[in-house]
Amino acid sequence: MVLVIVLILLVIGSVLFHFMSPWYLTPIASNWGMIDDTLTITFIVCGFVFVVVNLFMAYSIYKYRYRKDRRADYEPENQKLEWWLTAFTTVGVIAMLAPGLIVWGKYVDVPEDAMLVEAIGQQWRWTYRYPGADGVFGTVDTRNVSASNPFGLNPDDTNGQDDLLAGGAEVHLPIGGPVKVTLRSKDVLHDFYVPQIRSKMDLVPGMITYFWFTPTKIGEYDVLCAELCGSGHYNMRSRMVIEEEADFQAWLQTQPTFAQLLAGVGGTSGGTPIEQGEQLAKDQGCLACHSLDGGAGVGPTWKGLVGKNETLIDGSSVLVDEAYLRESIVNPNAKVVKGYAPIMPPAQLTDDQLDALMAYLKSASG
Amino acid sequence: MALTDVTHDAQDFAPPAEVEEAEVYHPKTWLGKYVFSQDAKIIALQYSITAMAVGLLALVLSVLMRVQLAWPGAVSFITPDAYIQFVTMHGMIMVVYLLTALFLGGFGNYLIPLMLGARDMVFPYVNMISYWIYLVAVLILLASFFVPGGPTGSGWTLYPPQAILPGTPGSDWGITLMCISLGFFVIGFTMGGLNYVVTVLQARTRGMTLMRMPLTIWAIFTATVLALLAFPALLVSAIMMSLDNLLGTSYFMPAIISLGQQLDHSGGSPILFQHLFWFFGHPEVYIVALPAFGVISELISVHARKNIFGYRLMVWAIVVIGGLSFIVWAHHMYVSGMNPYFGFFFATTTLIIAVPTAIKVYNWVLTLWQGNIRLNVPMLFAIGFVFTFINGGLTGIFLGNVIIDVPLSDTYFVVAHFHMVMAVSPILAVFGAVYHWYPKITGRMLNEGMGKFHFWMTFVGLYCIYYPMHYLGILGVPRRYFANAGANGLPDWFPESAQMVNVGITIAAIIVASVQLVFLYNLYYSATRGKPAGGNPWGATTLEWQTADTPPTHGNFGKELPSVYRWAYDYSVPGAEEDFIPQNVPAGKGTGHAS
Repeated sequence: MVLVIVLILLVIGSVLFHFMSPWYLTPIASNWGMIDDTLTITFIVCGFVFVVVNLFMAYSIYKYRYRKDRRADYEPENQKLEWWLTAFTTVGVIAMLAPGLIVWGKYVDVPEDAMLVEAIGQQWRWTYRYPGADGVFGTVDTRNVSASNPFGLNPDDTNGQDDLLAGGAEVHLPIGGPVKVTLRSKDVLHDFYVPQIRSKMDLVPGMITYFWFTPTKIGEYDVLCAELCGSGHYNMRSRMVIEEEADFQAWLQTQPTFAQLLAGVGGTSGGTPIEQGEQLAKDQGCLACHSLDGGAGVGPTWKGLVGKNETLIDGSSVLVDEAYLRESIVNPNAKVVKGYAPIMPPAQLTDDQLDALMAYLKSASG
Repeated sequence: MALTDVTHDAQDFAPPAEVEEAEVYHPKTWLGKYVFSQDAKIIALQYSITAMAVGLLALVLSVLMRVQLAWPGAVSFITPDAYIQFVTMHGMIMVVYLLTALFLGGFGNYLIPLMLGARDMVFPYVNMISYWIYLVAVLILLASFFVPGGPTGSGWTLYPPQAILPGTPGSDWGITLMCISLGFFVIGFTMGGLNYVVTVLQARTRGMTLMRMPLTIWAIFTATVLALLAFPALLVSAIMMSLDNLLGTSYFMPAIISLGQQLDHSGGSPILFQHLFWFFGHPEVYIVALPAFGVISELISVHARKNIFGYRLMVWAIVVIGGLSFIVWAHHMYVSGMNPYFGFFFATTTLIIAVPTAIKVYNWVLTLWQGNIRLNVPMLFAIGFVFTFINGGLTGIFLGNVIIDVPLSDTYFVVAHFHMVMAVSPILAVFGAVYHWYPKITGRMLNEGMGKFHFWMTFVGLYCIYYPMHYLGILGVPRRYFANAGANGLPDWFPESAQMVNVGITIAAIIVASVQLVFLYNLYYSATRGKPAGGNPWGATTLEWQTADTPPTHGNFGKELPSVYRWAYDYSVPGAEEDFIPQNVPAGKGTGHAS
């Protein structure tokens, strides 16, 4: 009998947990309320089946518990009942599938007036590109990627000259209009994931993928990676800023175009060297691997780093001074600290940027 | 009754033997009997013990992961790399090296010949080789813990490009060893699997028609056919990825800049690998689930003292689920970047599977209805299975319905779903089966007190682990994360209270993992000190309980093979003296009613 009581308690507990759980969908910030509605329909249908079938089972176990003096019934089949159950199940399945497919139909149908933005993933940071005044992205080839052309745009493509290249700490979008997010990866699989907008999609090297949504709520949202992409996966972050059109345009103006980048102008933010360095550390994805609070990471923490004595993988030891740090940023795999894999990409920075980053690193080291 | 054609077709007729009984070769040495044994029963035990040993390792890995999730950074050797290596090895071991090996190599070997009235598998020598190749596969897999860089950390799905690029741990040696190990596993399995299929088709005793086979055998048979068709896709994808990795081909590798370096690859497709992997990976779910379905049908019928309800529909459901499992694979890839229009097709086929699956659940529950239910330990586990399987099956409808999968994919909802449906429920079926058949294997009953303790802690504990986990996924917590707090802290939407859920889950996981020691001790203790079981302690009808000796000797059935006169589920037949009539009892004997 304990079993019957436990089964009933588990059913009741599950239902109560569902309704009382403070852990549920994040407040939605996009047009995909229909996805939430479909989820609700599925919860209702499945919840009904869960409760009814399990309670029926519990009742059967109670009613037909073993008694020495009675025999079980002998009924190999009951085709009528089996057909009824099959039909009932089919109806339930259709009730869930049909609305799902209708919403999916909208999901795969990108509005023609959707604004374009491109998210580019690499281990373990995000960068973003806007098509610029002409509304058309320039073509891209992974083979073009270099220190002076980190996005890999085709320098001969006129469509690409006005493309705006956003560093990576933030992607800004205006509220209210549909946005088509095209996705590219330079190295491995990633997934552009903001829980509040519901939609997500993998980034696949060698191809361009996409999804769309309409931002409906002003605010800042964490961008996460949802497809395992290696050591720093859990820390591949960025911010999505939804704002009014005017604010968006103002921000967009501060982003360098490809032509400016080729000419070596633009793209430097103001502020003290330390502030500039902090911005660089975020843009370049340094913080995906190096913690600031002493916590474990893919690379050594920056807290207390300067002046430390570290043992290298070849057994020798090294004093972490400015010279060592500068070398390790530009040529990271020359002297790798023991316990870490030689997986840091060489940073592609100008001398000014390197100075700024060093200033920040020293202040973060404390 | 119009219903009786299930049971009574040619009831009193078993055709005469077509060939004379011949004495099988019996091994003379200890080595031949117990080590290089060709006896399916010994091979079954070898498979089971190896699988459980490597499964214990995977269990420890899962506890380590849970410790990290509950108390980030508390254990210093769990680095971000170690964490995803644990994730990978835990998943691969549990799915392939434990569950597949245990259900097919373990239960398949033990039960197929015995339940069908055969002396052994049809190719005993190949059967022996099958186990030893499996053992080699396990050893190669374990070796990857000791090579430079450690085992691969690319997730059990082994997706390229990351699996073979330096940003993922184990990309130097680990992934290569993983591919070699899987290759050995597939070869070993193919030897065993062909054996099971041929044995089922060719070595059934007289009167054992296909529609008189116990559902356990139908399920293992179908699962084996699925495995024989699905594993080659895994084998070729492992080979192709190894070629990309070692020889520089570009099957799955487009132009890539890996950590600042241009690679020589170009033109390959990462999504091609995903299609190949899931063409194996989805049938794999049913390779694990179908044998559990079969075992549960057996357990519920025996211990409810009632025939399984709707036997023919149960058989057809197994076959239909098996067939459909080959055209649903891309529901694992809704957000992979494949052509989104595929979503319509795969969502539809996936939800169609819900129908035969639901029929199985209904029929288990309807078997309990009007039964005479003995709540002994195997039955407790069987009911635990049905409960958790209902839960896991229903959440599958969420994820199969493409649009709902979009927000939930790659979150803890997926982790909770697939653990409930292909970890919790199959392992409950495994436990139920062990408690059920242990008396036949050893001649002694498992200790009931320890068994009940094991059941309650495991069943309730597992549910407490995985039910709340769904809600972390709905909230949005991504899976395969070393820590939810990155360098910039927790995501805005991640409340402190959600971390409490993680702590609670981890505590439950530690308790459930510890309780398994009681189970292992029970296996050890009862082998010599358990209550003697006799030949048929549960009053079951199937042939393995009708052997002359318990445990059955080499050749299974003594001098003469049994003939089969009835289906496997003659329980509580009206007018019969006992509440069960074994399959080898001719019509009119043991039953008061002639039909």
